Amino acid sequence: MSRPISLTLRIWRQDAPQAPGAFHSYRLEQVSTDLSLLEVLDLLNEQLISAGERPVQFEHDCREGICGSCGFLVNGQAHGPRAATSVCQLYLRQFADGATLTLEPWRARAFPLIQDLAVDRAALDRLLSAGGYCSVNVGQAPDANAILVGRDQALSAFDTATCIGCGACVASCRNASASLFVAAKLAHLAQLPQGQPERRRRAAALQAAMQVEGFGSCSSNLECEAVCPKQISADWISWMQRESR
Amino acid sequence: MAGLPDARLPAGPIAGAWRRTREELPLVSPLRKRQLRVLVVGTGLAGASAAATLAEQGYRVTVLSYHDSPRRAHSVAAQGGINAARDNAGDGDSISRLFADTLRGGDFRAREAGCMRLAELSSAIIDQAVAQGVPFAREYGGMLATRSFGGALVSRTFYARGQTGQQLLYGATQALLRQVAAGRITLLCRRDLVELITVDGVARGAVARNLLTGELEVHTAQAVLLATGGYSNVYFLSTNALKSNASAIWRAHRQGALFANPCFTQIHPTCIPSGDPGQSKLTLMSESLRNDGRLWVPAAAGDRRDPAQIPEAERDYFLERLYPRYANMAPRDLASRRARERCNAGHGVGPGGRSVYLDLRDAIAEQGLEPIAQRYGNLLEMYERITGDDPTTTPLRIYPAPHYTMGGLWVDYQLMSSIPGLFVLGEANFSEHGANRLGASALMQGLADGMFIAPATVTAWLAGYPTPEIAADHPACREARARAQARIDALLAVQGARPVDAFHRELGALMIERCGISRDGEGLRAGLAELAALEQRFQVEVRVPGPASGPNPELEKGLRLADFFGLAQLMLRDALAREESCGAHFREEHQSADGEARRDDARFAHIAAWEHRGDGTEPLRHAEPLAFTALQPSARSYR
Repeated sequence: MSRPISLTLRIWRQDAPQAPGAFHSYRLEQVSTDLSLLEVLDLLNEQLISAGERPVQFEHDCREGICGSCGFLVNGQAHGPRAATSVCQLYLRQFADGATLTLEPWRARAFPLIQDLAVDRAALDRLLSAGGYCSVNVGQAPDANAILVGRDQALSAFDTATCIGCGACVASCRNASASLFVAAKLAHLAQLPQGQPERRRRAAALQAAMQVEGFGSCSSNLECEAVCPKQISADWISWMQRESR
Repeated sequence: MAGLPDARLPAGPIAGAWRRTREELPLVSPLRKRQLRVLVVGTGLAGASAAATLAEQGYRVTVLSYHDSPRRAHSVAAQGGINAARDNAGDGDSISRLFADTLRGGDFRAREAGCMRLAELSSAIIDQAVAQGVPFAREYGGMLATRSFGGALVSRTFYARGQTGQQLLYGATQALLRQVAAGRITLLCRRDLVELITVDGVARGAVARNLLTGELEVHTAQAVLLATGGYSNVYFLSTNALKSNASAIWRAHRQGALFANPCFTQIHPTCIPSGDPGQSKLTLMSESLRNDGRLWVPAAAGDRRDPAQIPEAERDYFLERLYPRYANMAPRDLASRRARERCNAGHGVGPGGRSVYLDLRDAIAEQGLEPIAQRYGNLLEMYERITGDDPTTTPLRIYPAPHYTMGGLWVDYQLMSSIPGLFVLGEANFSEHGANRLGASALMQGLADGMFIAPATVTAWLAGYPTPEIAADHPACREARARAQARIDALLAVQGARPVDAFHRELGALMIERCGISRDGEGLRAGLAELAALEQRFQVEVRVPGPASGPNPELEKGLRLADFFGLAQLMLRDALAREESCGAHFREEHQSADGEARRDDARFAHIAAWEHRGDGTEPLRHAEPLAFTALQPSARSYR
């Protein structure tokens, strides 16, 4: 079970968007493998604060892989080495004693850096604002059972709706494309009868917004699918290309 | 403030009372709506749906969220489902049954009119969510699927795998973003509410701290809605997201909003226990595991053998022994209390003896591994990821964890707090859940408040108060901003040696011990003294690194923890004053010979509403009596 290990964290430190940044190394001795990587950052931050230094800035909140707040590169991999896992669910037992972990922020033009490992992902919400919804007001809804939705169809829609908006797909694409994020939202709504009336308009609007926000085109190397903590299939990107014709 | 305001409860029979009330609420003309501004704080289910609905009706809405995106609000983490009285399974469910389950589940410490309204609105929530594109689970024929949950004999819980909260929240936040695109909502992310602005005792706006620049911003409005969630993070280790905080409701409380039933906090029995002192949160394992898992501890105290080495005769299946009828499916509060009792008696397992086994062995032997893995696959994977143990070969270790707070700001039937113009929605208010919330009812309440109730009652408020928005440099705004600035300056000036988290951990340990699953008068009084000492140390020993400008998560934590200290004191006082056991509030002194809770309807069939009377003066406890006409209080029994 638990065994203490030593770790070196090489962390990208950058005070502000315009300030120069650099890697700083921190050595941690005898940390329990029952801790998550974020808890090790908590530990490091307590030490830095007591020593009068600025703690490392990183995004986090629910720490159970559902809010989508956390995310950075661990040794070059978005969310680290474990598949289907956001970085908050990455535990130290994953790593060997004496390992060095390099932690870097998401790097994409559409995600300006805030500080250290935190970036601004508001562009993803602006993509959704462009049409990632069903235009229905409270009070207008028909009976929920009035429109039938097949079981498998609902499950498939769910699988695409499960995207947590963490931005790992963007960060791991060499074109910093948001194709998987956009395709997932389009597929979620296009697979349900409720999404049909706006289907064409939505597909065109979201893809246009993607360009405006500075995301690139799909690079076709499918790293997005490999790093997605919710395992959303990149097949939806090819589906999206057909959808917008 | 002079006493308790009128709760504005409806007259006549409670069935249909909301419809009757609504028909009499005044309206606002479409033209005038465009000139009125509403401030919504929080973007969980309650806040996002209220903001979207008010904007759909034509109001100008400003929305504040501490997250970088509204989609990250903690509603996202709700797993199980949402209740609705639709008789979807043909098993005889009805509005009156959902009403009765809610009132009974809350151990008769909620207003019956509120519970009835919730049951009446529940079905329309599902309609609206489906129209928004929420992919609920379906039967092969295309109809909505349901499952059953604790505390109910019918199948009325609608769900989307184990991520119902996420899917409902995305429906609500997408509706919100649609209004952002339409120009009716101004969405301001990364803002923490640090003060409420009142003029002549009426809510007129809030001061928010911009978490990127550190700037203190004034946001004025003609009505203020707080939908900022609960306060389980008082306990440090809880199932809540780490930044979930009580600052908005606590700041409002200090400005005059009454705080109701602060000691009603729910501890969920099946969570992954704490191990290392550096652990930052407790992860919930759905209570559905109790359908197939058997809870046990070694029969002999101090037995440290590997579970596989402990023969059947030396195991104590304590829930089966104590509650033969409900066995491992006993309600949340009983399961939690009994698990703690066993651990305190030295039977606990794992690090520090602070957990019990939940064993799937017999279910796997009976049904085979495949069906169990299929039923609980994602849960078992999550458990393995966090603990490194394989739960199909060794029993899971679980322990109760703070999960939900039934207490919150006091509101009347129209969801308005004791500060006129200040509305409180979702978990942030003291809610219809009484002393104990049923599973799958939190999402229902958040959306009922946000989609249907607040839009109607806020409109009624705005119709009656034709006051213009105050200017951002109004003396009340300047004064509120100065109050916030002074707190920030004071915190940064301490420059002690210990980080905020170290104090928060201590506060959590104190509160779970003194005001957790089980409470007693002596412990609560000791807790008050310990708390005062800890807060004093915090004020001289804490180190919050500067500066006040730019991103500074430690300053956010410090401000939040300072508010938790105040709230923790109120929780202890409330638990001390409530000399009975009801729902999640168990007082050792008030139990039967066989250890069951003893409610005292003669003295405590009321809502406790606390009034802040300034620092250094004891808060005043008001009591709003509860009347029951539709269902008479009965004792809970699960033996």
